[in-house]
Amino acid sequence: MFSRDTWKEIFETIQKNKLRTFLSGFTVALGILIFVSLVGLTNGLQNTFNKFFSDDASNTFYLFAGRTTVPYKGYKSGRQIEFDNSDLVDIEENFPLFMEYVTPRITRSALVKYKNESNNYSTRAVAPSHQHAEKTIIMRGRYLNEQDVKNRTKYAVIGRLVEQDLFGTEDAIGKYVDVGGSMFKVIGVYQDDGGDDEERRLYLPYTTRQLIEKNTDKVDQMIVAFKPEIGYAGAMAFDKSLDKFLREKKYISPNDQQGIFIRNVADQLKQNQQFASVLAYIGGFIAFGTILAGIIGISNIMVFVVKERTKELGIRKALGATPRSVISSILLESVFITTISGILGMIIGIAILSSLGEKLEDFFITNPFINTGLAIFATVILILFGAIAGYIPAKRAASIKPIVALRDE
Amino acid sequence: MIEIKDLHKSYKMGSNSLHVLKGINFSVEEGELVAIMGSSGSGKSTLLNILGMLDELDEGSYTLDGVPIVNLNETKAANYRNKFLGFVFQSFNLINYKTAMENVALPLYYQRMPRKEREEKSLKYLDQVGLKEWATHLPSELSGGQKQRVAIARAMAAEPKVLLADEPTGALDSKTSYEVMDLIQKINDQGNTILIVTHEPDIANMCKRIVHLKDGIILEDKKVKQVRAAAYV
Repeated sequence: MFSRDTWKEIFETIQKNKLRTFLSGFTVALGILIFVSLVGLTNGLQNTFNKFFSDDASNTFYLFAGRTTVPYKGYKSGRQIEFDNSDLVDIEENFPLFMEYVTPRITRSALVKYKNESNNYSTRAVAPSHQHAEKTIIMRGRYLNEQDVKNRTKYAVIGRLVEQDLFGTEDAIGKYVDVGGSMFKVIGVYQDDGGDDEERRLYLPYTTRQLIEKNTDKVDQMIVAFKPEIGYAGAMAFDKSLDKFLREKKYISPNDQQGIFIRNVADQLKQNQQFASVLAYIGGFIAFGTILAGIIGISNIMVFVVKERTKELGIRKALGATPRSVISSILLESVFITTISGILGMIIGIAILSSLGEKLEDFFITNPFINTGLAIFATVILILFGAIAGYIPAKRAASIKPIVALRDE
Repeated sequence: MIEIKDLHKSYKMGSNSLHVLKGINFSVEEGELVAIMGSSGSGKSTLLNILGMLDELDEGSYTLDGVPIVNLNETKAANYRNKFLGFVFQSFNLINYKTAMENVALPLYYQRMPRKEREEKSLKYLDQVGLKEWATHLPSELSGGQKQRVAIARAMAAEPKVLLADEPTGALDSKTSYEVMDLIQKINDQGNTILIVTHEPDIANMCKRIVHLKDGIILEDKKVKQVRAAAYV
């Protein structure tokens, strides 16, 4: 079946029937190409969604305080709600089962100077656990620690680009920078995947910032992280009870939309993932449809090919071709064409995807890719169905009496 | 060489059954050149198809070169056809995308002959029919007579026991017909057994024996004095 002579005969048939070869090859190659592209683009879309969230931790709530809009328990509306250090302690004490860590964040813009270089940067006064919430990566030195918070040290952790701006090639560690009039010692340099803006910041101990601001105990914003093991449902429950707890403590009406606001990253992530996976299902459905269309296409062509060759097959049978050799020559021919063109379509598809890279980022598609296993699986499926689609008419043609086949005009 | 006893064959045409061959007894010796004659519908082509194992008989027996041809499945029939029989058709039945040489080599391919040998042999047979220079031409580039000669070369290449020709001159003008008959006579002169189905008396007279068929039975079976086709070429 696989002798050199058989293959030579097949190659000759293929060579001399170029249109037929082209049609079936093109159908298969196009089917696989579209399948690979569609799946790849859907994956690229999901990449974009994941990227929105990947540079920060996703098990966090961001707590914002605002101005009340509803009078409640004797308090007038229009009251400015503020968080303070006692809230941090209370949250920590009341939700030990849910909570992983809590960190304040006081954001101030400040003019930062080193020698002759100066620039305006945003500073964030935080607790040490803020490093996890922001996924800050320490390149050199260290991050803030509990001792810094306790002792109100004038230490700063600066972004990679801050160091580049102010220090040039110099090593910033151990140097003193002027942050809005106070001298801070640089103890660490960090990087962040979130982009350039994220690397143009300084992190200070929040207690130090409070000391500078007339020893206040107010904090702008709090970030609460829940234990990942409580899951999505647990996070939603935690979100609710945290909201309730703070409203009671701050005398805010449960109906007030403005007084306090919790941004639930887990919920947002979940919603986006759902959106992305719906898109993936749609993409997958269309891709599956393409494969199906490819299978139907190749089946049609095989039926046509066998029909067209009925007389030739009759001649071959009169000359001594056995049904087996008739079937195997049709099948080998079709499998050979579908394999070659299937692989070709797959390679072109993968090449297109990898050449795209970040070029389609404007369309929310980042690094489109297809799992090679899936691409090969789809190709094999198409080849397999091409073979089955060829086998049925080939078997019928092989069982037609040669005298009937010869009469076919 | 061929031994047929009490052969019956009918075709189903819808609800009707058409009895085409109604008891044929017939034998052919080695080296004979037999013409089977009859008007259309007399059953001559059916007889040839059964002899060629392209069709099955309903009743009776058929022995070819001492081998009883019974209970043939398609594979066995294909092997017998390949080993015992060569076919020449009225419409030539060459494969149109293969060159003359490749067409002649095709039965040898099914005999699993190595490629080189196949090519040598098919060239030899093309040479015998005078078409060696046309070996690389496609059937579409050949005239009717040339096509039939290629078909004869193809039938002979497998070195069959019997050559079966169904109206080999039916699609040719008389001059070309005689050329083809001349070729067939020469092949017969070499000792090959040949059966020709024809309805043309002048072609039948170029054979050595004429079997007349009418309405599914043999009307007449006589030896004739062969007219050499070479005289007309």
